[in-house]
Amino acid sequence: MKPKFGVVIFPGSNCDHDAYYSLKKIMNAEVTFLWHKDRDLQDSKVIILPGGFAYGDYLRCGAIARFSPIMNSVIEFANKGGIVVGICNGFQILLEAGLLPGVMIRNKSLQFVCKDIYLTVINKNTIFTGNINTGTPLKIPVAHGEGNYFTDDDTLKSLQDNNQIVFQYSSKDGLYAEEFNPNGSTLNIAGIMNKSGNVMGMMPHPERVCDPVLGKTDGQMIFSSIINSVN
Amino acid sequence: MFKAKVLIKRRPSILDPQGKAVEKGAFHLGLTNIKDTRIGKYIEFTVDTSDRQSAEKEVNDYCKKLLANPIMEDYEFTLESEK
Repeated sequence: MKPKFGVVIFPGSNCDHDAYYSLKKIMNAEVTFLWHKDRDLQDSKVIILPGGFAYGDYLRCGAIARFSPIMNSVIEFANKGGIVVGICNGFQILLEAGLLPGVMIRNKSLQFVCKDIYLTVINKNTIFTGNINTGTPLKIPVAHGEGNYFTDDDTLKSLQDNNQIVFQYSSKDGLYAEEFNPNGSTLNIAGIMNKSGNVMGMMPHPERVCDPVLGKTDGQMIFSSIINSVN
Repeated sequence: MFKAKVLIKRRPSILDPQGKAVEKGAFHLGLTNIKDTRIGKYIEFTVDTSDRQSAEKEVNDYCKKLLANPIMEDYEFTLESEK
C-alpha cells in the first residue's frame, strides 16, 4: 500500500493543489490536506510543505509559517523520524524551523527566477532519490525570489561530510558551473536533507512536472522514490 | 509600558544583494562616495509591563525567536518607558 501524504495549507500557499493533484492523480497515492491551524497530521506518513508565500513571506520567508500550530506537530513528527519534504517556500519554512541548517537570501540577481533548470542528484542513496533511474540530470522548474542558499563554512563542511547535499544545479549534461546556478546558491545547492535523512528541502518544483500532459515528468521520480522507500 | 525600538542588521559575513543593487542606484545618481550599503530592518512596538527586566526578556525572546534569524542577523534594541 502506498503511504498517505499530508499536504499542509498555509495562508498564502499556492502549490498545495499542484502537490495534491500530482500525488493523487498521477502517483495514485492517498493524499489529504492539512490546515495550518490544526495539529492533527491525520496519520500521514509523508508531510509535504508546499510552495507559495506563506503569511505573505512577511519579515523573512517562512518566518511566521514556522510558528503555525500544525508546525509543532510537523516538527515533532520529523524529530521522531517522520518523512517531511519542503518544496520552495516549504524549504524556506524548514530552514526557519531549524529542521534543516542554513538560510535563504535574496537571489544574487535580485530577480524572481522562473524557468526550467537541471538538477544533478548528488546523493542517490536517500528516501527521496532511490528511484531516480536516469543517468542524466532532472529537468524541473524553479520559481523563487529567495533561493540563494547560504550557510557558514562549518555547516557546509558537515553537509558535505554527511552526504546531506541531495541536489545541485548543473547543466543538462551534469556539468557543475556557476553559470547553471539560477540564484547564487552556495555550491549550487538546490536541495539538502537533515543528518538522519528523513527531512528534505528543495527549491525546484517536482509537483509541476509529473503530469505527462505537461510534457515533462521528471518530478515523478522523486515522489515514486518516497513511495517506494516507505513501502 | 515601554516603547521598544529594534534594529536588525545582516551580519557582516553575509552577502547583501539588495544593498549592492541599491548602491548602484546611488552611483547612477552621481553619489560616488557612497560605499558599503547594507539594508536592515527597523521594528517598533510597545511592551505592556512596568518591569524593565521582564520587558527586556520579552523583547529578547521576540528578537531571537521571530524578528531576527540569528544565523544571518544581529539585533539591538532600546527600551524607553512610556506613561
